[in-house]
Amino acid sequence: MSTDNKKPPMPASATGVDERPKKRSILDRHKILETNATLLLIFSFLVVTVGGIVQIAPLFYLENTIEEVEGVRPYTPLELAGREIYVREGCYVCHSQMIRPMRDEVERYGHYSLAAESMYDHPFQWGSKRTGPDLARVGGRYSDAWHVDHLIDPQAVVPESVMPPYAYLMDKEITPEYMGDLLSTHAMVGVPYTEDMIANAEADFYAQLDPFSDGYDGLVARYIVDENPDDDREPRNTIVARNFDGQDAVTEMDALVAYLQMLGTLVDFSTFTPEEAAMPR
Amino acid sequence: MSEKKDYNGVETTGHEWDGIEELNNPLPRWWVWVFYATIIWGIGYTIAYPAWPGIKSSTAGLLGYSTRANVAEDIADVNAQNAALRTELAGADLAALVDNRDSEVYSYAVNGGRAVFAANCSQCHGSGADGVAPANGYPNLRDDAWLWGGTVEDIAFTVAHGIRNEQSLDARWSEMPAFGDILPEEEVEQVVQYVLSLSGNETDAALAEAGAEVFDLNCSSCHGVEGMGDTFQGAPNLTDAIWLYGGDEDSVTETVMNSRFGVMPAWSDDYRVGAGLTQDEVNAVAVYVHQLGGGQ
Repeated sequence: MSTDNKKPPMPASATGVDERPKKRSILDRHKILETNATLLLIFSFLVVTVGGIVQIAPLFYLENTIEEVEGVRPYTPLELAGREIYVREGCYVCHSQMIRPMRDEVERYGHYSLAAESMYDHPFQWGSKRTGPDLARVGGRYSDAWHVDHLIDPQAVVPESVMPPYAYLMDKEITPEYMGDLLSTHAMVGVPYTEDMIANAEADFYAQLDPFSDGYDGLVARYIVDENPDDDREPRNTIVARNFDGQDAVTEMDALVAYLQMLGTLVDFSTFTPEEAAMPR
Repeated sequence: MSEKKDYNGVETTGHEWDGIEELNNPLPRWWVWVFYATIIWGIGYTIAYPAWPGIKSSTAGLLGYSTRANVAEDIADVNAQNAALRTELAGADLAALVDNRDSEVYSYAVNGGRAVFAANCSQCHGSGADGVAPANGYPNLRDDAWLWGGTVEDIAFTVAHGIRNEQSLDARWSEMPAFGDILPEEEVEQVVQYVLSLSGNETDAALAEAGAEVFDLNCSSCHGVEGMGDTFQGAPNLTDAIWLYGGDEDSVTETVMNSRFGVMPAWSDDYRVGAGLTQDEVNAVAVYVHQLGGGQ
Protein backbone atom coordinates (compact mmCIF):
# COMPACT_ATOMS: atom_id res chain seq x y z
CA MET A 1 0.00 0.00 0.00
CA SER A 2 1.54 3.23 -1.05
CA THR A 3 0.96 6.44 0.72
CA ASP A 4 3.18 8.50 -1.47
CA ASN A 5 2.53 11.99 -2.61
CA LYS A 6 1.52 11.08 -6.13
CA LYS A 7 -2.13 10.94 -5.18
CA PRO A 8 -4.24 13.24 -7.24
CA PRO A 9 -5.46 16.19 -5.24
CA MET A 10 -8.47 15.41 -3.12
CA PRO A 11 -11.68 17.02 -4.22
CA ALA A 12 -12.12 20.29 -2.55
CA SER A 13 -15.02 19.38 -0.26
CA ALA A 14 -13.32 16.30 1.06
CA THR A 15 -10.31 18.10 2.35
CA GLY A 16 -12.39 20.51 4.35
CA VAL A 17 -9.90 23.28 3.73
CA ASP A 18 -11.44 24.62 0.60
CA GLU A 19 -13.10 27.91 0.04
CA ARG A 20 -16.66 26.61 -0.38
CA PRO A 21 -19.49 29.05 -0.39
CA LYS A 22 -20.23 30.28 3.12
CA LYS A 23 -23.85 29.12 3.34
CA ARG A 24 -23.68 25.76 5.11
CA SER A 25 -26.89 23.78 4.92
CA ILE A 26 -28.12 21.46 7.69
CA LEU A 27 -26.98 18.56 5.56
CA ASP A 28 -23.46 19.83 5.76
CA ARG A 29 -23.68 20.15 9.52
CA HIS A 30 -24.69 16.51 9.54
CA LYS A 31 -21.04 15.77 8.93
CA ILE A 32 -20.28 16.91 12.44
CA LEU A 33 -22.42 14.04 13.74
CA GLU A 34 -21.05 11.52 11.33
CA THR A 35 -17.49 12.20 12.32
CA ASN A 36 -18.02 12.32 16.06
CA ALA A 37 -19.03 8.98 17.56
CA THR A 38 -20.05 10.37 20.94
CA LEU A 39 -22.24 13.03 19.44
CA LEU A 40 -23.77 10.47 17.09
CA LEU A 41 -24.61 8.29 20.08
CA ILE A 42 -26.19 11.14 21.99
CA PHE A 43 -28.29 12.28 19.06
CA SER A 44 -29.34 8.71 18.20
CA PHE A 45 -30.51 8.33 21.75
CA LEU A 46 -32.48 11.56 21.52
CA VAL A 47 -34.22 10.37 18.37
CA VAL A 48 -35.13 7.05 19.97
CA THR A 49 -36.41 8.92 23.03
CA VAL A 50 -38.73 11.00 20.89
CA GLY A 51 -40.05 7.79 19.29
CA GLY A 52 -40.62 6.31 22.72
CA ILE A 53 -42.37 9.37 24.07
CA VAL A 54 -44.69 9.58 21.09
CA GLN A 55 -45.50 5.87 20.92
CA ILE A 56 -45.42 4.66 24.52
CA ALA A 57 -46.12 7.55 26.84
CA PRO A 58 -49.64 8.34 25.51
CA LEU A 59 -50.78 4.82 26.35
CA PHE A 60 -50.37 5.65 30.01
CA TYR A 61 -52.65 8.67 30.00
CA LEU A 62 -55.04 8.45 27.03
CA GLU A 63 -58.46 7.63 28.36
CA ASN A 64 -59.43 5.46 25.43
CA THR A 65 -56.49 3.13 26.00
CA ILE A 66 -57.26 2.52 29.65
CA GLU A 67 -60.33 0.37 29.97
CA GLU A 68 -62.34 0.46 33.11
CA VAL A 69 -63.93 -2.89 33.65
CA GLU A 70 -65.53 -4.32 36.72
CA GLY A 71 -64.32 -7.37 38.52
CA VAL A 72 -60.60 -7.46 37.83
CA ARG A 73 -58.91 -8.09 41.15
CA PRO A 74 -55.40 -8.98 42.30
CA TYR A 75 -54.62 -12.69 42.43
CA THR A 76 -55.25 -14.43 45.73
CA PRO A 77 -52.16 -15.92 47.38
CA LEU A 78 -52.97 -19.45 46.16
CA GLU A 79 -53.61 -18.24 42.62
CA LEU A 80 -50.43 -16.19 42.68
CA ALA A 81 -48.48 -19.23 43.83
CA GLY A 82 -50.00 -21.17 40.94
CA ARG A 83 -49.06 -18.41 38.59
CA GLU A 84 -45.46 -18.60 39.78
CA ILE A 85 -45.51 -22.32 38.95
CA TYR A 86 -47.03 -21.55 35.55
CA VAL A 87 -44.17 -19.16 34.86
CA ARG A 88 -41.54 -21.49 36.33
CA GLU A 89 -42.65 -24.39 34.16
CA GLY A 90 -42.60 -22.19 31.08
CA CYS A 91 -46.25 -22.79 30.21
CA TYR A 92 -46.17 -19.50 28.29
CA VAL A 93 -43.74 -21.04 25.82
CA CYS A 94 -46.56 -23.12 24.33
CA HIS A 95 -49.71 -21.44 25.64
CA SER A 96 -50.72 -17.86 25.02
CA GLN A 97 -53.11 -15.95 27.25
CA MET A 98 -54.36 -13.51 24.69
CA ILE A 99 -57.51 -13.99 22.65
CA ARG A 100 -57.13 -11.65 19.71
CA PRO A 101 -60.11 -9.75 18.34
CA MET A 102 -60.71 -12.06 15.39
CA ARG A 103 -63.81 -14.10 14.71
CA ASP A 104 -62.15 -17.52 14.72
CA GLU A 105 -60.45 -16.87 18.06
CA VAL A 106 -63.52 -15.40 19.69
CA GLU A 107 -65.63 -18.34 18.55
CA ARG A 108 -63.17 -20.88 19.84
CA TYR A 109 -61.90 -19.33 23.05
CA GLY A 110 -64.51 -16.75 24.03
CA HIS A 111 -64.56 -12.99 24.33
CA TYR A 112 -61.33 -11.34 23.18
CA SER A 113 -58.92 -10.44 25.94
CA LEU A 114 -59.02 -6.99 27.45
CA ALA A 115 -55.94 -5.07 28.52
CA ALA A 116 -57.47 -4.70 31.96
CA GLU A 117 -57.56 -8.46 32.40
CA SER A 118 -53.78 -8.65 32.61
CA MET A 119 -53.26 -5.40 34.49
CA TYR A 120 -52.01 -7.22 37.58
CA ASP A 121 -49.79 -9.62 35.66
CA HIS A 122 -46.09 -9.19 36.36
CA PRO A 123 -44.88 -10.32 33.93
CA PHE A 124 -47.82 -10.65 31.55
CA GLN A 125 -48.42 -14.07 30.03
CA TRP A 126 -49.70 -13.06 26.61
CA GLY A 127 -47.17 -15.34 24.98
CA SER A 128 -46.14 -15.31 21.37
CA LYS A 129 -46.74 -18.83 20.18
CA ARG A 130 -49.42 -21.46 20.46
CA THR A 131 -48.32 -25.05 20.43
CA GLY A 132 -51.19 -25.68 22.80
CA PRO A 133 -54.43 -23.73 22.91
CA ASP A 134 -54.86 -20.26 24.32
CA LEU A 135 -55.55 -20.32 28.05
CA ALA A 136 -56.89 -16.81 28.59
CA ARG A 137 -60.38 -18.15 29.34
CA VAL A 138 -59.66 -21.69 30.47
CA GLY A 139 -61.16 -20.99 33.90
CA GLY A 140 -64.29 -23.04 34.58
CA ARG A 141 -63.98 -24.82 31.25
CA TYR A 142 -62.91 -28.16 32.68
CA SER A 143 -63.31 -29.91 36.00
CA ASP A 144 -60.48 -29.91 38.53
CA ALA A 145 -60.19 -33.66 38.07
CA TRP A 146 -59.63 -33.15 34.36
CA HIS A 147 -56.86 -30.63 34.99
CA VAL A 148 -55.21 -33.00 37.45
CA ASP A 149 -55.50 -35.99 35.08
CA HIS A 150 -54.30 -33.87 32.20
CA LEU A 151 -51.30 -32.41 34.02
CA ILE A 152 -50.28 -35.85 35.30
CA ASP A 153 -50.47 -37.39 31.84
CA PRO A 154 -51.82 -35.20 29.04
CA GLN A 155 -52.10 -38.07 26.58
CA ALA A 156 -54.36 -40.00 28.95
CA VAL A 157 -57.15 -37.56 28.22
CA VAL A 158 -56.05 -35.95 24.96
CA PRO A 159 -54.23 -38.60 22.89
CA GLU A 160 -53.33 -36.08 20.17
CA SER A 161 -51.51 -33.84 22.65
CA VAL A 162 -47.75 -33.26 22.58
CA MET A 163 -47.71 -31.69 26.03
CA PRO A 164 -45.16 -33.11 28.47
CA PRO A 165 -46.39 -34.55 31.79
CA TYR A 166 -46.20 -32.58 35.02
CA ALA A 167 -47.07 -35.43 37.37
CA TYR A 168 -44.52 -34.37 39.98
CA LEU A 169 -46.64 -31.34 40.85
CA MET A 170 -48.83 -33.79 42.79
CA ASP A 171 -45.93 -34.68 45.06
CA LYS A 172 -44.42 -31.27 45.61
CA GLU A 173 -45.95 -29.86 48.75
CA ILE A 174 -45.92 -26.13 49.19
CA THR A 175 -46.27 -23.83 52.13
CA PRO A 176 -47.23 -20.16 52.02
CA GLU A 177 -44.07 -19.25 53.92
CA TYR A 178 -43.01 -16.59 51.42
CA MET A 179 -46.45 -15.55 50.19
CA GLY A 180 -46.36 -12.30 52.17
CA ASP A 181 -43.06 -11.40 50.53
CA LEU A 182 -44.40 -12.31 47.12
CA LEU A 183 -47.44 -10.11 47.62
CA SER A 184 -45.25 -7.26 48.83
CA THR A 185 -43.09 -7.60 45.75
CA HIS A 186 -46.12 -7.37 43.52
CA ALA A 187 -47.40 -4.43 45.56
CA MET A 188 -44.10 -2.70 44.93
CA VAL A 189 -44.67 -2.85 41.17
CA GLY A 190 -48.18 -1.51 41.43
CA VAL A 191 -50.58 -4.33 42.27
CA PRO A 192 -52.96 -2.94 44.90
CA TYR A 193 -52.31 -5.48 47.62
CA THR A 194 -53.29 -3.93 50.93
CA GLU A 195 -51.45 -4.29 54.22
CA ASP A 196 -54.32 -6.50 55.29
CA MET A 197 -53.88 -8.82 52.31
CA ILE A 198 -50.13 -9.07 52.87
CA ALA A 199 -50.53 -9.70 56.58
CA ASN A 200 -53.10 -12.44 55.95
CA ALA A 201 -51.39 -14.03 52.97
CA GLU A 202 -50.68 -17.31 54.72
CA ALA A 203 -54.19 -17.66 56.11
CA ASP A 204 -55.77 -16.77 52.76
CA PHE A 205 -53.56 -19.29 51.02
CA TYR A 206 -55.03 -22.12 53.08
CA ALA A 207 -58.55 -20.66 53.16
CA GLN A 208 -58.93 -21.04 49.41
CA LEU A 209 -58.44 -24.79 49.71
CA ASP A 210 -61.59 -25.15 51.81
CA PRO A 211 -64.67 -22.97 51.36
CA PHE A 212 -65.95 -24.16 54.73
CA SER A 213 -62.85 -23.08 56.60
CA ASP A 214 -62.87 -20.25 59.14
CA GLY A 215 -60.68 -18.06 56.98
CA TYR A 216 -62.81 -18.26 53.83
CA ASP A 217 -65.03 -15.29 54.62
CA GLY A 218 -61.98 -13.18 55.35
CA LEU A 219 -60.46 -14.17 52.03
CA VAL A 220 -63.59 -13.15 50.15
CA ALA A 221 -63.90 -9.92 52.11
CA ARG A 222 -60.35 -8.97 51.24
CA TYR A 223 -60.40 -9.80 47.55
CA ILE A 224 -63.97 -9.21 46.43
CA VAL A 225 -64.60 -5.51 46.71
CA ASP A 226 -67.79 -3.78 45.63
CA GLU A 227 -66.54 -1.31 43.06
CA ASN A 228 -69.90 0.41 42.75
CA PRO A 229 -71.30 0.64 46.27
CA ASP A 230 -74.08 2.91 45.01
CA ASP A 231 -75.94 0.34 42.95
CA ASP A 232 -77.83 -2.63 44.33
CA ARG A 233 -75.81 -5.28 42.63
CA GLU A 234 -73.60 -7.45 44.78
CA PRO A 235 -70.11 -7.96 43.39
CA ARG A 236 -69.61 -11.39 41.88
CA ASN A 237 -67.57 -13.76 43.98
CA THR A 238 -64.88 -14.87 41.54
CA ILE A 239 -62.88 -16.83 44.08
CA VAL A 240 -62.93 -20.52 43.33
CA ALA A 241 -62.26 -22.34 46.58
CA ARG A 242 -61.92 -26.12 46.80
CA ASN A 243 -59.43 -28.86 47.35
CA PHE A 244 -58.24 -28.75 43.78
CA ASP A 245 -56.07 -31.84 43.53
CA GLY A 246 -58.23 -34.10 45.73
CA GLN A 247 -55.32 -34.89 48.06
CA ASP A 248 -55.03 -33.94 51.70
CA ALA A 249 -51.59 -32.46 51.16
CA VAL A 250 -51.30 -28.93 49.75
CA THR A 251 -49.29 -29.35 46.60
CA GLU A 252 -48.16 -27.31 43.65
CA MET A 253 -50.96 -29.02 41.74
CA ASP A 254 -53.50 -27.30 44.01
CA ALA A 255 -51.97 -23.92 43.33
CA LEU A 256 -51.63 -24.37 39.58
CA VAL A 257 -55.18 -25.65 39.13
CA ALA A 258 -56.50 -22.82 41.32
CA TYR A 259 -54.78 -20.39 38.98
CA LEU A 260 -56.04 -22.12 35.82
CA GLN A 261 -59.60 -22.25 37.14
CA MET A 262 -59.80 -18.47 37.55
CA LEU A 263 -58.19 -17.46 34.26
CA GLY A 264 -60.44 -15.18 32.28
CA THR A 265 -63.35 -15.42 34.72
CA LEU A 266 -62.98 -12.05 36.46
CA VAL A 267 -64.79 -9.78 34.03
CA ASP A 268 -68.54 -10.16 33.89
CA PHE A 269 -69.12 -9.77 30.18
CA SER A 270 -72.86 -9.41 30.65
CA THR A 271 -72.15 -5.90 31.91
CA PHE A 272 -69.31 -5.14 29.52
CA THR A 273 -69.70 -2.97 26.45
CA PRO A 274 -66.54 -2.26 24.49
CA GLU A 275 -67.68 1.22 23.49
CA GLU A 276 -68.31 2.44 27.01
CA ALA A 277 -65.22 0.86 28.48
CA ALA A 278 -62.87 2.52 26.01
CA MET A 279 -64.71 5.78 25.44
CA PRO A 280 -63.04 9.09 26.16
CA ARG A 281 -64.74 10.39 29.26
CA MET B 1 -3.83 1.58 -4.32
CA SER B 2 -3.97 2.56 -7.90
CA GLU B 3 -1.95 5.47 -9.02
CA LYS B 4 -4.54 6.65 -11.42
CA LYS B 5 -7.68 8.02 -9.95
CA ASP B 6 -10.60 9.24 -11.86
CA TYR B 7 -13.28 10.79 -9.71
CA ASN B 8 -15.37 11.70 -12.71
CA GLY B 9 -16.08 14.91 -11.01
CA VAL B 10 -17.65 13.12 -8.04
CA GLU B 11 -16.81 14.29 -4.58
CA THR B 12 -15.68 11.95 -1.87
CA THR B 13 -17.20 11.99 1.58
CA GLY B 14 -13.91 12.87 3.18
CA HIS B 15 -13.64 9.51 4.90
CA GLU B 16 -10.30 7.96 4.30
CA TRP B 17 -8.71 4.89 5.80
CA ASP B 18 -5.38 3.59 4.66
CA GLY B 19 -5.91 5.53 1.51
CA ILE B 20 -9.32 4.06 0.78
CA GLU B 21 -11.79 6.81 0.10
CA GLU B 22 -15.53 6.86 -0.21
CA LEU B 23 -17.20 8.51 -3.15
CA ASN B 24 -20.18 10.62 -2.33
CA ASN B 25 -22.42 9.60 -5.18
CA PRO B 26 -25.97 10.87 -4.93
CA LEU B 27 -28.66 8.23 -4.37
CA PRO B 28 -30.50 7.15 -7.51
CA ARG B 29 -33.26 9.58 -8.29
CA TRP B 30 -35.96 6.91 -8.29
CA TRP B 31 -34.90 5.78 -4.82
CA VAL B 32 -35.08 9.28 -3.44
CA TRP B 33 -38.57 9.76 -4.83
CA VAL B 34 -39.74 6.49 -3.35
CA PHE B 35 -38.33 7.61 -0.04
CA TYR B 36 -40.25 10.88 -0.18
CA ALA B 37 -43.36 9.01 -1.28
CA THR B 38 -43.21 6.76 1.79
CA ILE B 39 -43.09 9.82 4.02
CA ILE B 40 -46.14 11.27 2.32
CA TRP B 41 -47.87 7.89 2.52
CA GLY B 42 -47.01 7.70 6.20
CA ILE B 43 -48.63 11.05 6.86
CA GLY B 44 -51.72 10.02 4.93
CA TYR B 45 -51.83 6.75 6.81
CA THR B 46 -51.84 8.46 10.19
CA ILE B 47 -54.72 10.63 9.02
CA ALA B 48 -56.72 7.69 7.75
CA TYR B 49 -56.12 5.39 10.73
CA PRO B 50 -56.06 5.92 14.50
CA ALA B 51 -52.65 7.37 15.29
CA TRP B 52 -51.82 10.71 16.79
CA PRO B 53 -52.02 11.03 20.55
CA GLY B 54 -53.75 14.09 21.91
CA ILE B 55 -54.45 15.37 25.38
CA LYS B 56 -57.28 13.01 26.28
CA SER B 57 -57.60 10.65 23.36
CA SER B 58 -55.92 9.82 20.12
CA THR B 59 -57.17 10.67 16.64
CA ALA B 60 -59.69 8.12 15.45
CA GLY B 61 -58.72 8.31 11.80
CA LEU B 62 -60.89 9.27 8.85
CA LEU B 63 -61.67 5.67 7.92
CA GLY B 64 -63.04 4.95 11.39
CA TYR B 65 -61.06 1.74 11.67
CA SER B 66 -61.54 -0.28 14.86
CA THR B 67 -60.44 -3.86 15.46
CA ARG B 68 -63.23 -4.41 17.94
CA ALA B 69 -65.87 -3.03 15.64
CA ASN B 70 -64.49 -5.24 12.88
CA VAL B 71 -64.66 -8.43 14.87
CA ALA B 72 -68.14 -7.60 16.09
CA GLU B 73 -69.15 -7.01 12.49
CA ASP B 74 -67.52 -10.24 11.30
CA ILE B 75 -69.38 -12.23 13.92
CA ALA B 76 -72.64 -10.46 13.22
CA ASP B 77 -72.20 -11.15 9.48
CA VAL B 78 -71.74 -14.87 9.96
CA ASN B 79 -74.53 -15.05 12.51
CA ALA B 80 -76.80 -13.22 10.11
CA GLN B 81 -76.15 -15.80 7.40
CA ASN B 82 -77.67 -18.48 9.61
CA ALA B 83 -79.90 -16.22 11.64
CA ALA B 84 -83.11 -18.01 10.73
CA LEU B 85 -81.67 -21.45 11.44
CA ARG B 86 -80.09 -20.31 14.68
CA THR B 87 -83.27 -18.75 15.97
CA GLU B 88 -85.26 -21.80 15.02
CA LEU B 89 -82.73 -24.12 16.64
CA ALA B 90 -82.53 -22.08 19.84
CA GLY B 91 -86.27 -22.34 20.34
CA ALA B 92 -86.75 -25.78 18.81
CA ASP B 93 -88.72 -28.62 20.32
CA LEU B 94 -85.73 -30.93 20.38
CA ALA B 95 -87.70 -34.16 20.63
CA ALA B 96 -89.61 -33.28 17.48
CA LEU B 97 -86.43 -32.07 15.80
CA VAL B 98 -84.54 -35.36 16.18
CA ASP B 99 -87.52 -37.18 14.67
CA ASN B 100 -87.38 -34.98 11.63
CA ARG B 101 -83.99 -35.81 10.23
CA ASP B 102 -84.64 -34.40 6.80
CA SER B 103 -85.12 -30.87 8.00
CA GLU B 104 -82.55 -28.20 7.36
CA VAL B 105 -82.41 -27.29 11.03
CA TYR B 106 -81.52 -30.86 11.94
CA SER B 107 -78.70 -30.93 9.45
CA TYR B 108 -77.46 -27.55 10.68
CA ALA B 109 -77.60 -28.79 14.27
CA VAL B 110 -75.62 -31.96 13.58
CA ASN B 111 -72.92 -30.21 11.62
CA GLY B 112 -72.73 -27.19 13.90
CA GLY B 113 -72.85 -29.48 16.92
CA ARG B 114 -69.88 -31.43 15.58
CA ALA B 115 -67.82 -28.23 15.52
CA VAL B 116 -68.98 -27.22 19.00
CA PHE B 117 -68.13 -30.68 20.28
CA ALA B 118 -64.65 -30.65 18.78
CA ALA B 119 -63.81 -27.29 20.32
CA ASN B 120 -65.38 -27.75 23.72
CA CYS B 121 -66.24 -31.33 24.60
CA SER B 122 -63.58 -33.51 23.01
CA GLN B 123 -61.00 -32.74 25.69
CA CYS B 124 -62.87 -34.94 28.18
CA HIS B 125 -65.13 -37.10 26.04
CA GLY B 126 -62.60 -37.71 23.26
CA SER B 127 -62.73 -36.40 19.75
CA GLY B 128 -64.83 -39.42 18.83
CA ALA B 129 -67.09 -38.96 21.87
CA ASP B 130 -66.12 -42.44 23.03
CA GLY B 131 -64.72 -41.35 26.39
CA VAL B 132 -61.08 -41.24 25.48
CA ALA B 133 -59.80 -42.26 28.88
CA PRO B 134 -61.62 -45.49 29.59
CA ALA B 135 -62.73 -46.09 33.17
CA ASN B 136 -61.43 -42.69 34.15
CA GLY B 137 -64.69 -40.90 34.83
CA TYR B 138 -65.19 -39.45 31.35
CA PRO B 139 -68.21 -41.19 29.92
CA ASN B 140 -68.50 -42.64 26.45
CA LEU B 141 -71.35 -40.81 24.72
CA ARG B 142 -71.83 -43.34 21.95
CA ASP B 143 -73.26 -46.16 24.08
CA ASP B 144 -76.70 -46.68 25.55
CA ALA B 145 -75.75 -45.92 29.14
CA TRP B 146 -76.87 -42.49 30.33
CA LEU B 147 -76.33 -41.42 33.90
CA TRP B 148 -78.62 -38.41 33.67
CA GLY B 149 -80.89 -39.42 30.85
CA GLY B 150 -80.31 -39.97 27.18
CA THR B 151 -83.17 -38.11 25.56
CA VAL B 152 -82.09 -35.09 23.57
CA GLU B 153 -83.70 -32.76 26.13
CA ASP B 154 -81.81 -34.47 28.95
CA ILE B 155 -78.57 -34.12 27.04
CA ALA B 156 -79.21 -30.45 26.31
CA PHE B 157 -79.95 -29.81 29.99
CA THR B 158 -76.78 -31.58 31.08
CA VAL B 159 -74.71 -29.59 28.58
CA ALA B 160 -76.20 -26.28 29.67
CA HIS B 161 -76.01 -26.83 33.43
CA GLY B 162 -73.34 -29.46 33.85
CA ILE B 163 -72.92 -31.91 36.67
CA ARG B 164 -71.93 -31.22 40.29
CA ASN B 165 -70.41 -27.83 39.50
CA GLU B 166 -70.63 -24.61 41.45
CA GLN B 167 -71.44 -22.57 38.37
CA SER B 168 -75.10 -23.41 37.82
CA LEU B 169 -77.67 -23.78 40.57
CA ASP B 170 -79.50 -26.18 38.27
CA ALA B 171 -76.50 -28.43 37.79
CA ARG B 172 -77.22 -32.16 37.95
CA TRP B 173 -76.38 -33.04 41.49
CA SER B 174 -76.10 -36.16 43.59
CA GLU B 175 -73.46 -37.47 45.90
CA MET B 176 -72.87 -41.06 46.73
CA PRO B 177 -71.80 -41.52 50.34
CA ALA B 178 -68.33 -42.89 50.97
CA PHE B 179 -69.41 -46.25 52.38
CA GLY B 180 -65.96 -46.82 53.78
CA ASP B 181 -67.07 -44.54 56.61
CA ILE B 182 -70.44 -46.26 57.01
CA LEU B 183 -70.17 -49.98 56.45
CA PRO B 184 -67.86 -52.44 58.14
CA GLU B 185 -65.18 -53.81 55.89
CA GLU B 186 -66.73 -57.24 55.44
CA GLU B 187 -70.03 -55.74 54.32
CA VAL B 188 -68.17 -53.68 51.71
CA GLU B 189 -66.53 -56.85 50.51
CA GLN B 190 -69.92 -58.59 50.34
CA VAL B 191 -71.67 -55.81 48.50
CA VAL B 192 -68.84 -55.53 45.98
CA GLN B 193 -69.25 -59.22 45.20
CA TYR B 194 -72.99 -58.74 44.84
CA VAL B 195 -72.62 -55.72 42.56
CA LEU B 196 -70.16 -57.59 40.37
CA SER B 197 -72.56 -60.54 40.17
CA LEU B 198 -75.29 -58.23 38.83
CA SER B 199 -73.47 -57.83 35.54
CA GLY B 200 -72.79 -61.55 35.23
CA ASN B 201 -69.28 -61.66 36.66
CA GLU B 202 -68.12 -64.79 38.42
CA THR B 203 -68.16 -63.98 42.10
CA ASP B 204 -68.01 -65.64 45.47
CA ALA B 205 -71.60 -66.85 45.76
CA ALA B 206 -71.75 -66.82 49.56
CA LEU B 207 -70.36 -63.29 49.81
CA ALA B 208 -72.63 -62.10 47.03
CA GLU B 209 -75.66 -63.51 48.74
CA ALA B 210 -74.79 -61.72 51.95
CA GLY B 211 -74.09 -58.63 49.85
CA ALA B 212 -77.62 -58.68 48.44
CA GLU B 213 -78.96 -57.71 51.82
CA VAL B 214 -76.36 -54.98 52.28
CA PHE B 215 -77.27 -53.67 48.84
CA ASP B 216 -80.95 -53.67 49.63
CA LEU B 217 -80.42 -51.66 52.79
CA ASN B 218 -77.83 -49.20 51.55
CA CYS B 219 -77.75 -48.95 47.79
CA SER B 220 -81.16 -49.71 46.42
CA SER B 221 -82.66 -46.32 47.20
CA CYS B 222 -80.55 -44.79 44.43
CA HIS B 223 -79.46 -47.70 42.26
CA GLY B 224 -82.85 -49.40 42.44
CA VAL B 225 -83.80 -52.74 43.96
CA GLU B 226 -82.65 -54.47 40.80
CA GLY B 227 -79.56 -52.30 40.48
CA MET B 228 -80.90 -50.78 37.29
CA GLY B 229 -79.94 -47.24 38.31
CA ASP B 230 -81.91 -44.03 38.27
CA THR B 231 -81.25 -41.23 35.84
CA PHE B 232 -83.07 -38.80 38.11
CA GLN B 233 -80.25 -39.15 40.61
CA GLY B 234 -77.47 -39.91 38.21
CA ALA B 235 -77.20 -43.37 39.73
CA PRO B 236 -75.67 -45.74 37.20
CA ASN B 237 -77.16 -49.02 36.10
CA LEU B 238 -75.03 -51.70 37.76
CA THR B 239 -76.33 -54.62 35.72
CA ASP B 240 -74.60 -53.75 32.48
CA ALA B 241 -70.95 -54.07 31.55
CA ILE B 242 -70.42 -50.34 31.27
CA TRP B 243 -68.32 -48.88 34.06
CA LEU B 244 -67.43 -45.23 34.36
CA TYR B 245 -64.64 -45.86 36.86
CA GLY B 246 -63.77 -49.47 36.07
CA GLY B 247 -65.61 -52.71 36.69
CA ASP B 248 -62.89 -54.83 38.26
CA GLU B 249 -63.02 -55.71 41.92
CA ASP B 250 -60.48 -53.11 43.01
CA SER B 251 -62.18 -50.27 41.17
CA VAL B 252 -65.63 -51.15 42.46
CA THR B 253 -64.27 -51.46 45.98
CA GLU B 254 -62.66 -48.05 45.63
CA THR B 255 -65.96 -46.60 44.42
CA VAL B 256 -67.91 -48.11 47.32
CA MET B 257 -65.34 -47.09 49.92
CA ASN B 258 -64.66 -43.52 48.81
CA SER B 259 -67.41 -42.80 46.32
CA ARG B 260 -66.88 -40.78 43.16
CA PHE B 261 -67.68 -37.19 42.41
CA GLY B 262 -67.43 -36.52 38.72
CA VAL B 263 -67.80 -32.89 37.71
CA MET B 264 -68.86 -31.47 34.38
CA PRO B 265 -68.78 -27.70 33.89
CA ALA B 266 -71.92 -25.76 32.97
CA TRP B 267 -71.59 -24.80 29.32
CA SER B 268 -74.42 -22.32 28.91
CA ASP B 269 -73.19 -18.77 28.47
CA ASP B 270 -75.52 -17.81 31.30
CA TYR B 271 -72.78 -19.10 33.57
CA ARG B 272 -69.75 -18.10 31.58
CA VAL B 273 -70.74 -15.00 29.71
CA GLY B 274 -68.45 -14.42 26.79
CA ALA B 275 -66.98 -17.90 26.86
CA GLY B 276 -69.88 -20.34 27.17
CA LEU B 277 -72.27 -21.75 24.56
CA THR B 278 -75.33 -19.93 23.33
CA GLN B 279 -78.70 -21.68 23.45
CA ASP B 280 -78.53 -22.69 19.81
CA GLU B 281 -75.04 -24.10 20.32
CA VAL B 282 -76.21 -26.08 23.34
CA ASN B 283 -79.08 -27.50 21.31
CA ALA B 284 -76.82 -28.21 18.36
CA VAL B 285 -74.31 -30.17 20.40
CA ALA B 286 -77.13 -32.04 22.16
CA VAL B 287 -78.56 -33.08 18.79
CA TYR B 288 -75.09 -34.07 17.60
CA VAL B 289 -74.44 -36.22 20.68
CA HIS B 290 -77.92 -37.70 20.51
CA GLN B 291 -77.42 -38.97 16.97
CA LEU B 292 -74.03 -40.57 17.71
CA GLY B 293 -75.73 -43.84 18.52
CA GLY B 294 -76.89 -43.86 22.11
CA GLY B 295 -79.63 -41.26 22.04
CA GLN B 296 -82.97 -42.33 23.38
